Amino acid sequence: MKAAVVVFPGSNCDRDCKVAVERATGSAVDMVWHGEAALPDRVDLIVLPGGFSYGDYLRCGSMAALSPIMGAVKEAADRGVAVLGICNGFQILCEAHMLPGAMLRNTGLKYICKPIELEVTNAQTRFTAAYGGKRTVRYTQGNADGNYQARPDELDRLEGEGQVVFRYVDNPNGSARDIAGIVNGRGNVLGLMPHPDRAFEPELGSADGADLFRSALASA
Amino acid sequence: MTLVADKSSADLAAEFGLKPDEYALILERLGREPNLVELGVFSVMWSEHCSYKSSRAHLRKLPVTGPRVIQGPGENAGVVDIGDGPDGQKMACVFKMESHNHPSYIEPYQGAATGVGGIMRDVFTMGARPVALLNALRFGDPSHPKTRRLVAGVVAGIGGYGNCVGVPTVGGETQFHKGYDGNILVNAMCVGLADADKIFYSAAPGPGLPVVYFGSKTGRDGIHGATMASAEFDEASDEKRPTVQVGDPFAEKLLIEATLELMASGAVEAIQDMGAAGLTSSSVEMAGKGGVGIELDLDKVPQREEGMSAYEMMLSESQERMLAILKPGREPDAHRIFDKWGLDASVIGATTTTGRIVLKHHGAVVCDLPLAPLSDDAPLYHRPYVRPQPDKRIDPGQVPAPKDWRAAVLKLMSCPDMASKRWVWEQYDRHVMADTVADSSTGSDAGMVRVHGTKKALAVTSDCTPRYVQADPFEGGKQAVAEAWRNLIASGADPIAVTDNLNFGNPERPEIMGQIVCAIEGMAEACTALDFPVVSGNVSLYNETNGQAIPPTPTIGAVGLVPDYDLRMGYASMRSGDVLVLIGETHGELGASLYRREMFGLEDGAPPPVHLKAERKNGDFVLSLIRGRKVGAVHDLSDGGLVCAAAEMALASHVGVALTATSEHNAVPYLFGEDQGRYLVAAKDPDAILSAAKQAGVHAIVCGEAYGDVFASRDLFSIPLSELRAANEGWLPGYMG
Repeated sequence: MKAAVVVFPGSNCDRDCKVAVERATGSAVDMVWHGEAALPDRVDLIVLPGGFSYGDYLRCGSMAALSPIMGAVKEAADRGVAVLGICNGFQILCEAHMLPGAMLRNTGLKYICKPIELEVTNAQTRFTAAYGGKRTVRYTQGNADGNYQARPDELDRLEGEGQVVFRYVDNPNGSARDIAGIVNGRGNVLGLMPHPDRAFEPELGSADGADLFRSALASA
Repeated sequence: MTLVADKSSADLAAEFGLKPDEYALILERLGREPNLVELGVFSVMWSEHCSYKSSRAHLRKLPVTGPRVIQGPGENAGVVDIGDGPDGQKMACVFKMESHNHPSYIEPYQGAATGVGGIMRDVFTMGARPVALLNALRFGDPSHPKTRRLVAGVVAGIGGYGNCVGVPTVGGETQFHKGYDGNILVNAMCVGLADADKIFYSAAPGPGLPVVYFGSKTGRDGIHGATMASAEFDEASDEKRPTVQVGDPFAEKLLIEATLELMASGAVEAIQDMGAAGLTSSSVEMAGKGGVGIELDLDKVPQREEGMSAYEMMLSESQERMLAILKPGREPDAHRIFDKWGLDASVIGATTTTGRIVLKHHGAVVCDLPLAPLSDDAPLYHRPYVRPQPDKRIDPGQVPAPKDWRAAVLKLMSCPDMASKRWVWEQYDRHVMADTVADSSTGSDAGMVRVHGTKKALAVTSDCTPRYVQADPFEGGKQAVAEAWRNLIASGADPIAVTDNLNFGNPERPEIMGQIVCAIEGMAEACTALDFPVVSGNVSLYNETNGQAIPPTPTIGAVGLVPDYDLRMGYASMRSGDVLVLIGETHGELGASLYRREMFGLEDGAPPPVHLKAERKNGDFVLSLIRGRKVGAVHDLSDGGLVCAAAEMALASHVGVALTATSEHNAVPYLFGEDQGRYLVAAKDPDAILSAAKQAGVHAIVCGEAYGDVFASRDLFSIPLSELRAANEGWLPGYMG
């Protein structure tokens, strides 16, 4: 089992993701520079970490969606490799059209950092299988642009097809239908605003995030 | 700034903030009139901000050495030994606090943002990766028309910068007082981690070495910022907005990574960030400290705008720039790293043997100055001062009890200084780097981050009680140090060392200078008694508007080490059934207390004296309880005394507290007194605590119990926790709207 974390120049959760995957799963993690055109061989999980990719002075993730490595990420996703975008990573997946919808500024217009309860609305995905019967998990969130929006018919479709994987118990940012995380139709690309990579050991306030990484790599 | 050709050099000197006698000294040192560039260089290097000319003589009184001190004041940041790292290597903690008061008042978002950026650069310039940020903020009265906008801007600026760079903001303080109406304080602290044998310094090691500039391009922003930061404010200060720099946190992130990679490559001989006074101070300090000379070709400086003059380039405070002296021949390695991170870079000169700074622009020498008068030999003032007459002690028996106790407790817990600052710290990323184990939200007297890959953790805090310093600068200076020490103890840490950020008014006024001198002497006494050396710091003077000085505010930032984070402590872990034990003696000190200020609008009276022997003994005792796992929760007593400490424990732990005080005796001094050196501990077995205290010669009494969901004290008051929480949480969001 092998994971790769993509490093954009403004990524700031790249190490967090590496450490979270290593400690949760024992798997090796390669760091892949955004300027590369190819991923390492036989990667089972690609993580797009949180941060500010290229500064995000334009829409969050919009420049990163066009970076050289994203071609390889799309290709891998098409082959069925698991792709996990957390926070800025989710924004990048939306901008790259690997997931539907877009992020707006939080309704309070402020950055919000706090621990947050999420309902696991689909525990059948390759990212959430390890949660089993567990319906509520606690991660932390930290973003200013986490207000997920899509067209109503798109939202209906996501809900109808079980692609909404996480919902906020107490919606902090105005996200449509309390959506915190979605998968693509094939089920191998997950975008998630809150951070499992900051909640993988009890002393961080929660260890609930560890099972997400375990699921993602166990399913490969 | 327009430069007027027909102005005499002496007039320009005055405009640049130089006093007539200082200008005379320049003429004497040079033996000629300086040209415009040279005058600009002198004026910033001799500014209070860069030269510490008013405070240097007194800062020498502070203890700066200790068994853990690797580098004390005088470098970009202080360095202390924290023992073994994850791979058995010796590790060091690098930290400093610095003010960005003047810019933040003029332009709150950018002022605060660049304050965070500047202090981070001070830390990674030493070879450390920043791992924690704190900020101590002091705003004017909430009713002042500017306050709300300043709070919103400063908080957004701190968050906007720190969040993007990816360093968690884990602690700090936010206070309000009318004394800051015209001059807010933004003190930012950064803490970093480095290998102890890979610390980088600024002194150029010799002549003939390449000087490389890297980072953002130089623009016309921030010209003469250091001079502005060394002057008083008046109505026209808004016109100084162009002297405030604009921050680019993405550039800072790139700069951190590139700098640390460059250092790891072995190419760096010496390095200095371009902070206040930009290219001038970085080049002067590197060459001056190294005892060499430096020659720069300004045509090679990466420039953001066309047609910049030598003067503008030397005085610009454009952000996110570094100057490094490389090992000869290592330029290609350095450029590879700069290219990877997309940074501008250029070899702009070399060190020389001359002991002079020589600048060339368009082929001509535009500045040729000896270095000594600019740095080591800058003016040093022994300014006249009068020791302030400390206020008299308030007789606790004479302080009236509240007519309505319940209302009084709610009032204190919802007053601007005590109210929850959730609105502030929820805008700061506290969790990035995934090593935060305590922060503003977790009910801890200190923020705490793990030393990555180890069981160790760094505890960090910032403290000052300006109303104490105002009433008695000496005791107030002691108290700021003691409270920082106490907060580290209460979090389960061994206190290690201090950084100080001295914010005062105009030192040319003897009464202000008296505050500075006495506060420093008080700090020195406390630091000595607590083995808590000062390893770095910053002085911010001229915090005045229209002749009205701020309350004297020597902010103390401090760092402690927790050997095993499973032994960390907080005050959110009290459980129903715990007994509360008050450690330390209570005499009912109500001078300069929160109770008298909030209830009666009185701020006078002698602040609580700090008995340093008792402080030390009580703290050592509490730490022994924590390490022996004898207590479940610990909180230090500070603003608002026992009542506020117990209320905060109850709120953070989500369990009620019943205190034992009644109306049968005068409960005001007991409940609201702010006597120092005290802690509230929650324990299952209070008898064990009491007997251990007796053995240690420490005063300890049972003062309450934890249970239910009400905060109460016998027949005095009874408040449902939900109501207390609403009062405590409600004020700031209500105010900010």
